[in-house]
Amino acid sequence: MPIAKDRISISDRLSAVAAWPVLLIFKLLDYPLSLVQRIVGVKGMPWIFLLPNLAFFGLFVVIPLGINFAFSFTGGPELFLSDRVYTGTEQYAFLLDCETFGDPITCREDRFWKGLYNTAIFIIFQVTFLVLFSMITALILNRKIRARGFFRAVFFFPVLLSPVVVALIWKWVLLRDGILNAFLVSIGMDKILFFVSPEWSMFWAVFVSIWAHMGFYTLIILAGLQAIQPDLYEAAEMDGTSTERVFWRITLPLLWPNLLVVVVLALIKGVQIFDEVFVLTGGGPGTATQFIVQYIYNTGFTEQVQNFGLASAASMVLGGVLFVLTMTQLAATRARDNG
Amino acid sequence: MDDANRSNRSLNSLLTARRGRRRLHWTDVFSYTYLIFGVILMFGPVVWLVLSSFKTPAGLIEFPPTFLPLGQIEVQVDGYEKPLLLFDVTQDDGTIKQLAQVRRIGIVSQMVDPEVLGETIRVPIDQRTKVREFRLAVENYTDPLERFNFVGFLNNSLIVTIVATVITLLINSMAAYGLSIYEFRGRNAIMLFVIGTLMIPITVILVPVYLVVTQLGMINSLWAVILPGAATPTGVFLLRQYMLTIPKDLIEAARMDKASEWAVYSKVVLPLTMPAIAVLAIFSIMWRWNEFLWPLIVLNRSEVHTLQVGLNAFQGELDVQWHYILAMTVVTLIPVVVVFTFLQKFITTGIASSGMK
Repeated sequence: MPIAKDRISISDRLSAVAAWPVLLIFKLLDYPLSLVQRIVGVKGMPWIFLLPNLAFFGLFVVIPLGINFAFSFTGGPELFLSDRVYTGTEQYAFLLDCETFGDPITCREDRFWKGLYNTAIFIIFQVTFLVLFSMITALILNRKIRARGFFRAVFFFPVLLSPVVVALIWKWVLLRDGILNAFLVSIGMDKILFFVSPEWSMFWAVFVSIWAHMGFYTLIILAGLQAIQPDLYEAAEMDGTSTERVFWRITLPLLWPNLLVVVVLALIKGVQIFDEVFVLTGGGPGTATQFIVQYIYNTGFTEQVQNFGLASAASMVLGGVLFVLTMTQLAATRARDNG
Repeated sequence: MDDANRSNRSLNSLLTARRGRRRLHWTDVFSYTYLIFGVILMFGPVVWLVLSSFKTPAGLIEFPPTFLPLGQIEVQVDGYEKPLLLFDVTQDDGTIKQLAQVRRIGIVSQMVDPEVLGETIRVPIDQRTKVREFRLAVENYTDPLERFNFVGFLNNSLIVTIVATVITLLINSMAAYGLSIYEFRGRNAIMLFVIGTLMIPITVILVPVYLVVTQLGMINSLWAVILPGAATPTGVFLLRQYMLTIPKDLIEAARMDKASEWAVYSKVVLPLTMPAIAVLAIFSIMWRWNEFLWPLIVLNRSEVHTLQVGLNAFQGELDVQWHYILAMTVVTLIPVVVVFTFLQKFITTGIASSGMK
């Protein structure tokens, strides 16, 4: 196949071009690092190799995490920690003060609770249908179908698109005079102003994020499906087991650990939903599609008075949720890889 | 007869294909229906975006929209400075004649026959239809180059993507090397720490990273976007897992030849790690090109906007210029499509084996 060969050589050439600056850096660093080795000895070298990475982690993850914690106990508009006023747990008290929990309007900081509430609704629907459709797609792509590579690419490519591009693509379809409304009119219905209705906005937020991310989860489930031993299916076929029974008794139980990982992964991403929906709906109408990350973003960066303390406190709440989810993910991954 | 039979059979076998030699099962029908519906749903909006991006502003606000980009034909008529729009006019006797519009006043338009000069004809607007032809509004693509800072955005995105990817590859492969080749006290602790940072995505520490970046004086500079995400735990993890499979003998042999540790790393281990490096490079390019929330926070001046932030700023304006936005969206999409067509294998195996995106 000459075409396949051409492709390989082009991608080789591309990576050669990409590797060139890296190679140059290696050459430049050769002499100073040999010098360093003479000073610290071979035993010290692993630390030298780790140093840049650890410095980055320290500067942009560990220190910020500490500052975040400290910030959440301070108030006022100043950015630098030394200028800020210590307020104790006031920010948390303000965030969590509700007359009746579960009803955002009765809370002092109703936008935060609305954000939490929206995020909860969003992930319930998004994760359920995301995993369901990824599963169906993976099952179909795992069959002996024609043009499998093509179909796999079709479902996968939106994963690579930027959230802004995804949102703009769909915004253009869904506008008042967009093609979807043209279709609705052509079948005799009225135009729907999707971004004016809170329910439709939420629906499209869920739909578009599933559209964008489905390929990723499909791929993971597909890898899980392909890891199932083919002799199990052969044995089932020899016994004349029905397709439905094969699915419930072989495919699903063996895929289950993988599905668990996928669900938790989707939850972790879902809780942090921001980009696509922010560009698509701007959080609107009103606060109908405003999620927790957008609340943090708005509170800390777009309000007239930037309330860093409150944003940090909200971040800590989000961090707590993510911590629990990530622990679950690690446990699920370990269970999958061991079992 | 025999021929027809054979072609019939092959068509039949095409339609009822697969699942061993058995007949068409309901799941086959369902599969192909689902797949075809999927192709429409996944590709449709993108095709519509590309087609729309070649329409003129007038073509974009039309409802119902036309499928292909069409432009109204303009004709040059003697005695008029500007070219005039051409219409098909249904005349009183039922015949259709092509006339050019001079101006429109309310529901009546003044028209002139391009062939017969001098005389203007008054035509009610519901008796005319536009004469159109297939035409690509390429100006949607060329105008933003001059009228907005589009080239600047493109440049910024390219700089961020390339510099960040080079830094990411360098420091993460170094860390992976340190964690896979050497045995030293504290190695497991460091590994645990690296995995631990996985749990802290940027969304949790937006405010303090903003503070750190401000302290370092990097607000509104591209470094503010490049540096915070340069060290990625997934990158370290991916490369380390790969480096662990490199035979220790090779490294020992290089050391025997008095190669420095840096030379072992850059000349022996890295070339052998290339497949994993390629995967990380592709991911890094994707992450950086598509990054949105963090650049949105630290890049407030439009000179330093990346493509994504710039696009968002345009679509948020009061008077949305969709013809430009659509074209710019297509341009933003192109590199991703190119990367995908050439490197699909790398990307999909990378995701399937590491479970990261």
